[in-house]
Amino acid sequence: MQPIAESIGIAAPELVLATGAMVLLMLGVFRGNRSLHGLTYGGVIIYAIAGFALLGDAQSELAFDGLYIADDFSAYLKVLIFAAAAICSIIALPYLVRARSDKFEYPVLIMLGALGMSMMVSANDLLSLYIGLELQSLAAYVLAAFHRNEASSSEAGLKYFVLGALASGILLYGVSLVYGFTGTTDFRLLQVAVTETPAVGTVIGLVFILAGLAFKVSAVPFHMWTPDVYQGAPTPVAAFFASAPKAAAMGLLVRVCMDAFGGMMSEWQQIIAFMAIASMVLGAVGAIGQRSIKRLLAYSSINNIGFALIGLAAASELGISGVLFYMAIYLPMTIGAFLVVLSLRGADGRPLDTMNSLKGLSKTRPGLAIALLIFMFSLAGIPPLFGFWPKFAVFNAAIDAEMYVLAVIGVVTSVVGAFYYLRIIKLAYFDEPEGTVLPQESRVNGALLAGIAVFCSPLGLFLMGPITVAAARAARAMLTF
Amino acid sequence: MLNIIVFLPLLAALIAGLGNRALGNVAAKSVTTGSLFVSAALSWLLFFQVGFGDTSYTQPVFEWFRSGDLVINWALRLDTLTAVMLIVITTVSALVHLYSWGYMAEDPDQPRFFAYLSLFTFAMLMLVTADNLVQMFFGWEGVGLASYLLIGFWYHKPSANAAAIKAFVVNRVGDFGYSLGIFGIFLVFGTTDLSLINETAGEFQGRTFEFLGYQVDILTTLCLLLFVGAMGKSAQLGLHTWLPDAMEGPTPVSALIHAATMVTAGVFMVCRMSPLFEAAPAALTVVTYVGAATALFAATVGTVQTDIKRVIAYSTCSQLGYMFFAAGIGAYGASMFHLTTHAFFKALLFLGAGSVIHAMHHEQDMRYYGGLRKEIPFTFYTMLIGTLAITGVGIVGVFGFAGFYSKDLIIESAFAAGSEAGYVAFAVGVFAALLTSFYSWRLMFLTFWQTPRWNESEHIRHVTHSEDRTGTGGYKPHESPMTMLIPLGVLSVGAVFAGYALYYPFSGEEQGAAFWNGSIAFNVELMAAAHHVPLWVKLASTVAMLTGLAVALVYYIWKPHKPAAFVEQFRSLHAFLMRKWYFDELYHYLFIVPSLWFGRVFWKRGDQGTIDRFGPNGAGWLVERGAGVARRLQSGYLYNYALVMLIGLAAAAAWFLPRAMGGE
Repeated sequence: MQPIAESIGIAAPELVLATGAMVLLMLGVFRGNRSLHGLTYGGVIIYAIAGFALLGDAQSELAFDGLYIADDFSAYLKVLIFAAAAICSIIALPYLVRARSDKFEYPVLIMLGALGMSMMVSANDLLSLYIGLELQSLAAYVLAAFHRNEASSSEAGLKYFVLGALASGILLYGVSLVYGFTGTTDFRLLQVAVTETPAVGTVIGLVFILAGLAFKVSAVPFHMWTPDVYQGAPTPVAAFFASAPKAAAMGLLVRVCMDAFGGMMSEWQQIIAFMAIASMVLGAVGAIGQRSIKRLLAYSSINNIGFALIGLAAASELGISGVLFYMAIYLPMTIGAFLVVLSLRGADGRPLDTMNSLKGLSKTRPGLAIALLIFMFSLAGIPPLFGFWPKFAVFNAAIDAEMYVLAVIGVVTSVVGAFYYLRIIKLAYFDEPEGTVLPQESRVNGALLAGIAVFCSPLGLFLMGPITVAAARAARAMLTF
Repeated sequence: MLNIIVFLPLLAALIAGLGNRALGNVAAKSVTTGSLFVSAALSWLLFFQVGFGDTSYTQPVFEWFRSGDLVINWALRLDTLTAVMLIVITTVSALVHLYSWGYMAEDPDQPRFFAYLSLFTFAMLMLVTADNLVQMFFGWEGVGLASYLLIGFWYHKPSANAAAIKAFVVNRVGDFGYSLGIFGIFLVFGTTDLSLINETAGEFQGRTFEFLGYQVDILTTLCLLLFVGAMGKSAQLGLHTWLPDAMEGPTPVSALIHAATMVTAGVFMVCRMSPLFEAAPAALTVVTYVGAATALFAATVGTVQTDIKRVIAYSTCSQLGYMFFAAGIGAYGASMFHLTTHAFFKALLFLGAGSVIHAMHHEQDMRYYGGLRKEIPFTFYTMLIGTLAITGVGIVGVFGFAGFYSKDLIIESAFAAGSEAGYVAFAVGVFAALLTSFYSWRLMFLTFWQTPRWNESEHIRHVTHSEDRTGTGGYKPHESPMTMLIPLGVLSVGAVFAGYALYYPFSGEEQGAAFWNGSIAFNVELMAAAHHVPLWVKLASTVAMLTGLAVALVYYIWKPHKPAAFVEQFRSLHAFLMRKWYFDELYHYLFIVPSLWFGRVFWKRGDQGTIDRFGPNGAGWLVERGAGVARRLQSGYLYNYALVMLIGLAAAAAWFLPRAMGGE
């Protein structure tokens, strides 16, 4: 039995978040909704402390008798998650105030979600995996329905909850099958127990587990909730859904596949490759003809998850570091795109979400239009912009693994995808404005938007070196432990 | 020094071209003309060093590219052949630059014009200094490009654009042959280096390869392929159609590119590769016949043309025929000799014609000239010299104008060659000399003698505003400015003395061998035989010349109504010649109509019907339909979504179940 004190030291970031969330909740309960701003920025400080606690995790360590693992891999993803959670709680402020739903629970829920995600990427056992997943999901269900007076938000929350429950059920069923056939839920032991010729139950169990996780990353065919929930949920919540949970679930999926079920690589490779292709194709094709920007971004996120899955399908160190690199670039791109949507307000001050509201943006809000241009070109993967490189990295990994079909389909769908990204730019730059778009109301959001735009612009390439090095280190740490 | 000669024009072209309007007319003209004169002066210096000294070398510049066994260097090669071409090119080019100051004075685009001229000169110099075929091809295409740009210089004229495209496309046919020839040579010799090819050509003589069951001689094939390229560039029969149309360009361009230099590139190439051609006698016979046929064809067509520049263009074509059949019978020295003298007198004639056109307010039709002798005397005298030179006036053993030496030498060599092809070429050469004399004098008489018919011309009426269509209409032709007359004067000197001065160095038995110094396959025996042909052979061309002159005198001075009567009587012959042996029509139906038809088929059926339909449009359609299906699947109903998830799950399980069972 490992001493509990040692385990607590290793799991310090999660403990910081858990305690922090409790404190924020208490403060909120006593001080009411006026404390929203204070709690939000307090939350940012807590994320910073949690991030600080990540430092020093030089080598991989197990805690709580192998339920929890802290390594470079989890640290890398946690940095992304904390940063995304912090940004998503800040950018929501003006929106929530205007929508009169400025409830103090918002930053607390985000933080609980982040805690769940943090647990997910550090899970080293199918059970701790489930705990993290559920914690994250429960926070997310509530967040989706945060505008509880609005039918669309409630509907989104309910849909998400029902389908999420179904996915969780599938996942649990898979876990029980795997446990039944191998006698363990520990990744380390599973690695040994799962061999080249697995039992039928183990295979089916793997399929169920992957299906449950695919729901979280919204890979096709477990993506159906994504467009509806993104559209119905409040915009900042959609931004959150599109960013941090994707990174967490992707990390979890990678660890489960490479670590726990490394022995069944040929089996899960088929599933992942299929999901990658289906997600890329559906994400690219489905986005065409959408009138809502949020819906379009939902398809964009499905499409991007497809690309990231290519890296996992390659099942090599190159591929895994490609996935990690992809997530590090995808998160800012998508948050930036949602930030642009958040900045769109019509003449009456209400948020705009239709594609047509982008018309002539270059004339009414030139700065915002430039940011939009950068994000769209970046998402489309046009070379000088940052978005090109992660795509290149995963395609490169696929070719390295001799999965040429996957790479070719990836390139083709990326061309199809470019169509709708470019269409947005066309609307913003070549069409005449329809109605007015009010200026940015929050200086903080404006600054964040500018910062993220610079990150995605060619200037961000200066950061490419450190990011790729970190991603490669994280991938190696996970694979070699 | 060679570097300066070659690259100075390029530098000037870049300065004038990039500076363009910002630089201003005078600066652009000064830079280009000045650098050309420097080049010309240095070229003459080199010419004497190389031709009458013993300097010849290859000067590497830098490696161009390397691909496996194929290593191509930029290198400048200097030997007598190059030196001869250098003086021809730089001298004529410098004079044409100077001439253009006057001729193009009113043009709004002068820097561009001069930049093109200098660019052309650079490319031409690159061509003649090349020491491997690929570099020569660079120059070959460079002059083609410059020619295209200059023919279409007045791009607002549709006819100029059409002519430019025609020149480019017809040359492409030749270039295709030429490039095949280069590929073949690399395949056979393993190198594109000119001296290596020429040295080792003998080893491959008589070797054959099998093609469709036939044994084909390797060298003959290679030479013929190269010759196709030469035919295109030098407007030989079959690929000649672009040259007359190229007269759409400004006249100085015609003088430089389409008379003195670029069109002789084919001749130069055959001479440059003469050891290779010598090893392929069958190919040489083809060269002889094609050259002779061209000489005859072009001369006949030249007799009926009414556009002054077209007459000279056909004359050029005909003279190039002479050069080719001279090369074909092995008289490369004679060929190069004629190339050199021809450059002087043909440039002179063209520039003279330009001066006439300048005086006659852009009128080019000789039918509207007449009596210009007294109005523009300097132009008249220089053109007279040019005519005397091209027709070959001279007395055996005393003195003659340039053409007298070079053309007669070709005719004599053809006779001396003793082969069947040689005799044919001899007969054709003599007859073509008659025609040459006729059309040249016809040009002179129509332009400078007879009574003025100026006011029949629309261009002139434009100035005179007189509706009386006869006589002068009160128009006063004006002599050209000094910038145009000086080049005429200089070239006249060349046209008078070039033949006399260069006869022995170029074609003397020992002197020739020493002069050429191995840069061409100089045939001493043939030259000796050519100098000792019977007297009647020597006199034949002079007699032919006099006959042509006499006919021209009768028809255009003494009985000016005769030509019309002749045309009336031989209507079909006249039409045949007037329509240029129906080559353009033939090509129209043979190539242009079918290719347009093919183009339409590929466009409508192939591109639109197949590629677009199944390619971009098809993919677009598919994506659109896919988007529709995806939208419909996204119904918004929870149970649908759950169903899709479960189907996906079931499908994956079903996919693995049989495999997993089988594995146990």
